[in-house]
Amino acid sequence: MTSLLAVLIDGSIYASWLFLVAAGLTVIYGVMRILNMAHGSFYAIGAYSAASLVGWYFNNGIGPAWISYLLLVGAALLAGLIVGVIIERGLLRLMYGRDEILMVIITYALLLILEDTMKIVWGVNPYFAYQPYSELGRTSLGLLKVSNYDLSLVGVSAVIGLVLWGLLERTNTGKVLRAVIHDREIAVAMGVNVRLMFTITFVIGTILGALAGALTAPAISVVPGIGIEVIVLAFAVVVIGGLGSIGGAAVGALLVGLSRAAAVHYAPEFELFVIYGVMSLVLAFRPEGLFGRTLARKI
Amino acid sequence: MRFDKTEISLAAVAIACVLFGFVSPGWLIFLLTIAFAKALVVQGVVMQMRSGLVSFGQGLFYCIGGYTVGMGGQFFGIHDAIAALSLGMLVAIAVAMVLGLLLTRYRDIFFAMLSLAFSMILFGILVKSPGLGSTDGFNVHNWTIFGWAPDGGESSQHTVFTLTVLAGLMIAVLIHRYTKAGIGVICEAVRENEVRVEYLGLSPRWLLYGNYVSAAAVSALGGGLTALATGHVDPEMAYWTTSGEFIFIALLGGLGHVAAPFIAAVVFSVVRTYAIELVPHTWQMILGFTLLGVIVFLPKGLWSLVSRKKAGERA
Amino acid sequence: MKNNKTTFSKYLVSGVAALALTAGLASGASAAENGKFRVGIVTFLSGPAAGPFGVPSANAAKVLVEALNKGELPAPYNKIGINGAEIEAVIIDEAGGATKQVEEYRNLVQRQKVDAVIGYVSSGDCLAVAPVAEELKTFTIAYDCGTSRLFVENSDAQYMFRTGLDASVDNIGAVRYLAATRPDVARLSGIQQNYSWGQDSWADFTAAAAKLLPESEVVEEQFPKIYQGQYGAEISALSVKRPEIVHSSFWGGDMEALVLQANARGLLEDATGLLTCGEASLATYKDQAPNGMIIGARGPFGAFAPENDLNTWFKGAYNAAYDLDPVYPATKMAQAILGLKFAAENAGVADKAIPTADQLAAGLKGASFPSVSGTVEMARGNGHQAMQGIAYGEYHYEDGKASIVNSVAFSGECVTPPEGVSAADWIAQGFPGAQCN
Repeated sequence: MTSLLAVLIDGSIYASWLFLVAAGLTVIYGVMRILNMAHGSFYAIGAYSAASLVGWYFNNGIGPAWISYLLLVGAALLAGLIVGVIIERGLLRLMYGRDEILMVIITYALLLILEDTMKIVWGVNPYFAYQPYSELGRTSLGLLKVSNYDLSLVGVSAVIGLVLWGLLERTNTGKVLRAVIHDREIAVAMGVNVRLMFTITFVIGTILGALAGALTAPAISVVPGIGIEVIVLAFAVVVIGGLGSIGGAAVGALLVGLSRAAAVHYAPEFELFVIYGVMSLVLAFRPEGLFGRTLARKI
Repeated sequence: MRFDKTEISLAAVAIACVLFGFVSPGWLIFLLTIAFAKALVVQGVVMQMRSGLVSFGQGLFYCIGGYTVGMGGQFFGIHDAIAALSLGMLVAIAVAMVLGLLLTRYRDIFFAMLSLAFSMILFGILVKSPGLGSTDGFNVHNWTIFGWAPDGGESSQHTVFTLTVLAGLMIAVLIHRYTKAGIGVICEAVRENEVRVEYLGLSPRWLLYGNYVSAAAVSALGGGLTALATGHVDPEMAYWTTSGEFIFIALLGGLGHVAAPFIAAVVFSVVRTYAIELVPHTWQMILGFTLLGVIVFLPKGLWSLVSRKKAGERA
Repeated sequence: MKNNKTTFSKYLVSGVAALALTAGLASGASAAENGKFRVGIVTFLSGPAAGPFGVPSANAAKVLVEALNKGELPAPYNKIGINGAEIEAVIIDEAGGATKQVEEYRNLVQRQKVDAVIGYVSSGDCLAVAPVAEELKTFTIAYDCGTSRLFVENSDAQYMFRTGLDASVDNIGAVRYLAATRPDVARLSGIQQNYSWGQDSWADFTAAAAKLLPESEVVEEQFPKIYQGQYGAEISALSVKRPEIVHSSFWGGDMEALVLQANARGLLEDATGLLTCGEASLATYKDQAPNGMIIGARGPFGAFAPENDLNTWFKGAYNAAYDLDPVYPATKMAQAILGLKFAAENAGVADKAIPTADQLAAGLKGASFPSVSGTVEMARGNGHQAMQGIAYGEYHYEDGKASIVNSVAFSGECVTPPEGVSAADWIAQGFPGAQCN
């Protein structure tokens, strides 16, 4: 019984983290058709910015602990905004209209460059921002003790998902974005400023990536290479859910999160295969992912 | 059998390479051996790119080739290099025939991700196999060729180099003929518009299937040669970053010519080696800028340097 | 049809250009016959292993090379450079996998003409490089990698040496420490990274525990993917089994994250953590690790290194350069360089002469040399593998300063299998011939 409860709790926590990581990726793909390999680097940049800012805040003992949560989010917003604008305006803008696969490779080059840039800026020594994590304490459920920070991540993740959904479905900008997703050429013909939409989308995507990193930073040791590890995970979640679908990313994250937690508790030897197993299974039956749209074939 | 000019020049360059091997220092022979072996894997990637599919999991067959050669010597007493390499290709073909049934139903990013998933599953299986050394892998040694055992050191290095060049030549000629033949041209048509090919009464799916299986065999050959040259195999061969490197090299060279992957692989190795030596802390950045530079200035790869010259001559 | 003439010329142009390019590079390569002793230093400069291992090691190498060139070390290492010849270090990155490391090793030896190579944190790299070192007849010291297969598979090694200890020593030592300080523990558990290092460490630990702690049982084992960073589900799975000991061979960022999360969730209060590589992050845990957590340093290195002239000098010089105390990878790098210097100066060649690889190998084989970690005996692996003791202790954090208390050291003969016996066999037979103090 305890372990079933543990599977549910661990699974939801992991799923909420996966969703945070995957949301930015799927938004960018949905609108811009760019499968962004550098998304993991945005995650790492967010983690580094947040960890260095929060670390600085506590080392100098400036003020109360709750401000550090604002700093986490603030660092992610700022880092995501700066990096997103620079990359979209400085690089990607020159590349639009190229083959989808070529765009993947361009972002792969970007990943290589960003990895070393981070090393130049932050060095290779670990950064910590554990105060926000330990500050919230923990909840005991029998033998199981759960970190409140992790639990609150589930809520934060849900809120971010809802806000994204609201943005897309309930605002004017969202409507325009959906028009771009459905048919870029018609949208342009209707007078939509697609270039501006692309900038907005890309910046939202980078901010989401950075936010995922910033919110994870307190629970981990921020070291080189953390970005690389999340790329394939995020890809898998997005492909399972259907590329470009926010709801799909949420369901994909839940599916992977719960399967993984179940594997850890009941069959640890299969843990390594869970994510690829789930992905192969889903794609075998739903070749476009769970919520992917089947594209009409061009003649 | 008649050879066209490209084939004759390929053979000439191959012979020049073998001769060059006898006068060049050991590190350079090794670099070229690995570069040519990897170029074979890249040929597999390029074959699929021509028909519009990008494999993010070509490391799967690279790894199968390498491990078959290693395990053949270690556990099954197959010490003959040629036999082991052929066995690796056969295993790869068998695996590809099964996976291909599923994979050829997918296009674009779904093909890429699914091929990546299979490669990562092999990685996982190998990591879980302590008998095969898990992530540390194991060494490959004591191989022979037609019953002759090279006495270690330089002699075995030259042997692998020559073997790699000859294998590269053979594969290059075959691929050259394949792309020039009707079926190879249809591959490009599939990339351009699959539905139209179907209307012509051909089955793109079985075409892609055949392409996938042959690409697997070529890649496995590259993996086997790498194993012989380095004397070591490990699961990293199937890791997704390895497959990423193959795509990197493929785009560096471009799809323009069968020789492009070989040249690109050599350039890649040289750039990386010198970047590591000169800027050990930021060599990845150098690679990134190189890739971006090629994409921006040479969108059709390094080969366009040569073909552009040709266009100039014609004008 | 294509224009065949241009195809042919195009072909030759590109082929010749490629050959010319590589040939040009070959001739332009540096051949260092400048009377300096060139050492290749290979360690992680990028990726997750750079922070905890690579950079401290590279820093230690820089400190040592600089000081040796000025002749600042205490006796018996006060001679300038190596055997009077100035040292020139070529530092390269170990990232990228075994195939690439074999290529880079050949570059170091054949293009950069180094006289010796010191390096390798990753066991896969050590195993791949060892046969190449023999083939190229180059004196090579593995300074950190832990696989016990190194001299089993390369039993006739001539040029490959290892001045660090193998991983089975870590885990035999860890069990001995438990047996000495907590003989009544009953419920053991472990969490390891899912790769060779983690799998081998856990196999040695459980085998040794079955002999030395016969009353104990293993209640849970977890193998998360390396670099996963988040261990929520694993910590839950461990917690619900109520272990007394949580053994882990984690290192670097993974280890720090595990300690952070397990501590916040109370696992490390209910159970005692035992981290075989724990010392490498001694300065970073602060109050996020509980006092009493057991940590090791893979030998008498880092904070476990004994007081002696060399170590006092090394700590001072390292601290002066980087404002940090050296952690165990730094000590191990220093030890490897001292081993090389010792080998060169005992090779019996003239002053300032650079000994050959054979002379270096003869100088180190079976020798015992003074080091920052005490005396190192090259007493195993046919004289190629160092034998030293190992120590474990408890983490203690007070008034903003981390230290190690209740440290217990075990001699080399107590934790190392006799010559020619594999660790697995030795453990299975119940440690015959072990001499413990």
